[in-house]
Amino acid sequence: MKKRTMLKTIVMAAGSMMLIGSAAAQTEQDAIMMNKNQLCGGFMYNHGSWKDYWEGTLKRENLNLGTVTAQSMMFMANYGITDNLNIMAGAPYVWTHASAGTLHGMKGIQDVSVTLKWRALNFKFANNDKLAVYAMGGISTPLDNYVIDFLPLSIGLGSTNLTGRVMVDYLHNRFFATAWGSYIFRSNVKIDRDAYYDEELHNSNEVKMPDQVNLQLRTGYRGRYLIAEALLTQLCTLGGFDITRNNMPFPSNQMNSTVAGINFKYTLKQLTNISLLAGANYTIHGRNVGQTTAFNGGVFYAFYTKKSSRKPTNNLQ
Amino acid sequence: MSMKRNNIFAGACLVLIAAGIFACNKDINDRTADLPALQPASADEDAGTWKPILLTSADEFTVAAPIPTNAPDYVAQINEIKATQANLSDEEKEIVKYWSAGGVLRWNEILRELVAKHNLPPYQNDDGTYPIPSAANPLAYPLFPFANPPYASRAYAYVSAAQYDALVAAYHYKALYNRKSPYNVDSSVQVLIPRNTLPSYPSEDAVIAGAAVEMLKLLFPGDQDYIQMKAEQHKRSRIVAGANVRSDIDAGEALGRAVAQKFVARARTDRAGAAVGNPEMWKKLEDDCIARGEEPWYSLETPRRPPMLPAFGKVKGFLCDSLTVIAFRADPPPSVTSGKMKEETQEVYDFIANPTRERTKIVHYWADGVGTSTPPGHWDAIAAEDFIGKNYSEVRWARNFALLNMSLMDAAICCWDTKNFYFNPRPSQLNPAIKTLTGVPNFPSYISGHSTFSGAAATILSHLVPERAAAYEEMANEASLSRMYGGIHYRSDCSAGLSVGRKVGNMAVDRAKTDGAD
Repeated sequence: MKKRTMLKTIVMAAGSMMLIGSAAAQTEQDAIMMNKNQLCGGFMYNHGSWKDYWEGTLKRENLNLGTVTAQSMMFMANYGITDNLNIMAGAPYVWTHASAGTLHGMKGIQDVSVTLKWRALNFKFANNDKLAVYAMGGISTPLDNYVIDFLPLSIGLGSTNLTGRVMVDYLHNRFFATAWGSYIFRSNVKIDRDAYYDEELHNSNEVKMPDQVNLQLRTGYRGRYLIAEALLTQLCTLGGFDITRNNMPFPSNQMNSTVAGINFKYTLKQLTNISLLAGANYTIHGRNVGQTTAFNGGVFYAFYTKKSSRKPTNNLQ
Repeated sequence: MSMKRNNIFAGACLVLIAAGIFACNKDINDRTADLPALQPASADEDAGTWKPILLTSADEFTVAAPIPTNAPDYVAQINEIKATQANLSDEEKEIVKYWSAGGVLRWNEILRELVAKHNLPPYQNDDGTYPIPSAANPLAYPLFPFANPPYASRAYAYVSAAQYDALVAAYHYKALYNRKSPYNVDSSVQVLIPRNTLPSYPSEDAVIAGAAVEMLKLLFPGDQDYIQMKAEQHKRSRIVAGANVRSDIDAGEALGRAVAQKFVARARTDRAGAAVGNPEMWKKLEDDCIARGEEPWYSLETPRRPPMLPAFGKVKGFLCDSLTVIAFRADPPPSVTSGKMKEETQEVYDFIANPTRERTKIVHYWADGVGTSTPPGHWDAIAAEDFIGKNYSEVRWARNFALLNMSLMDAAICCWDTKNFYFNPRPSQLNPAIKTLTGVPNFPSYISGHSTFSGAAATILSHLVPERAAAYEEMANEASLSRMYGGIHYRSDCSAGLSVGRKVGNMAVDRAKTDGAD
């Protein structure tokens, strides 16, 4: 059976952090594969902002920050090594701003991520429903020595992350449901000062970053040209500490969030190499993070790197 | 490549990643967590003759003669050590290892930790005013204290000075009574720390702990559980280590407490309690500045926060009397309307308009702002790491920390006197386009606190550890410039601050030359 191809839906997991724009491209978060020898690349813009945040579990505003905004422009690419094995990479440029107070915004290239995505199982039922199981391994690491310890205006947390993820996708007619869980191992980070207090004093510039677990449910319509989906994402930090009263946030805080969102992707009928993406999400609940509202949009181009008998299209199925 | 082989490849990658997760060690490297036991290069057995700070003489507080080492009660105390050592837990060994690095060092670290924990500005009231922490109710919000830089400088100074005076007294009685260490009385007592010939009564460790506990009741009244736990550990470590019998400990603790009580009495009347001021005073500082034809400092916080401890310049210093504080007051800053001030504001703007990574690193390395041990704590950490290499006796550790921390406290007094005398605005007030790379401190600009602290610290440390003088000078200059790079101080704040700081530091040098320890 001829496989259909498509673009990845790429959405920054915007703003569930104290910093916004922690660039977790969701190419590795959806149940869609590139065909063998197909390359897809594009740019995604994200705008996330918050006025309220959770200081530990206490929700508050901060008149000396006003609204904190992070924007990013991310380049993403995805290549089909085989129909069942894709490699993808991305890196964002991030810039931040606080609308009140005196603190200076930050900007710079954040973390590069590379993910290997393997479709381990692709089962078709008698009624044409499909069940697929995916396993993914990824690494992300800072491309630049950016400032970590200036939250909430830092552009990233600076750790090198190894992510392992298992995903299950079920397709019925053109409606789908996807669920995944991932474990994120985070390396320690080094900050610019040589002592800090979390719940005790450390005479060190090294900060132990607790690992994280990330879970997501997504469901919606996956048609030939249009994908429309709703998402619910839960991030849990396995350790870390709460921001104390009126303190500044710190990279190793226990940052948790529950984020709801919607995504759309539309592939042009006349020029199926090109797809347009748009999405929005909102942090429903959190701990040591901002209550972010985020919007994003992007454009992607897909083509075969080798001559293929397949049609150079982005048709969906 | 077949798809199957690719699948195997992908699977192998995932396994490798998973293996990586378990292979990595996330323990952080703490610079003083794993120190060797203190082995003083010199015992400083004559330290009982050194000049105390507040005590009229080393024997101002009496320590009773110890019971002889052949008395049954003493033998019982030796047996307590032996019984303890017969069954050592890992925790007990850990406690010995931790405290044997040096009691003065560890209590300084504990104090830095308490300062960092408490260095948090209170959140505003609903009506836009700010609550003031109350020593009488330290556990209610806002927690007492708000350990800001002036408060912290005073805390470091009192604890260090009290420990020094208590140790001078202790060394006096050590020489007077000359009681041997338990392991020199009974050779079957194990010794878990380096042996020395210093008489063990009263225990210098218990003196240090006793003085700290008594001082910290005043300074950090809401953290008594933690402080008492540390003190118990400290005292116990000496029995576990075979270094002191219980009567050494008891006499030392009592002496440490008695000496510290004299410092507590001084602290209660050193005018720090009034340093926070009141609305009339805050208004007057502003009005006086306007009357001089200048633009006064305004808080850049929302809602506007009263200036931090504006009457701290009136606090009674250890090195500088009130006339000296006035004599050290910096000359006036450039008028806010002058071309010079315009130039300096532009210079600050140029620094923040395009911050380099290197400059931002310098800003953050020296920021020592909210939630840190403050600039005085940072200088204590710098000093501690140099003192570790010098193998000082406990009494010399205390003496050098006392000299450093009295300099830092008096630097705060002189700096706050100047700040609130001129009440000069911050760069971001004169040019709101100046966005800062660290928080803007909530008090007037002229002169820079970091520069004053650093000038004082570098001066006294250069006297104490002369081979590091060039490094201290370089650090002080960098700390000073960091405030300009960060967009929160003008160049004249920084240069005048360094200069005032050096004057204060020289007062400590003068004392050091005549205290009998040099």
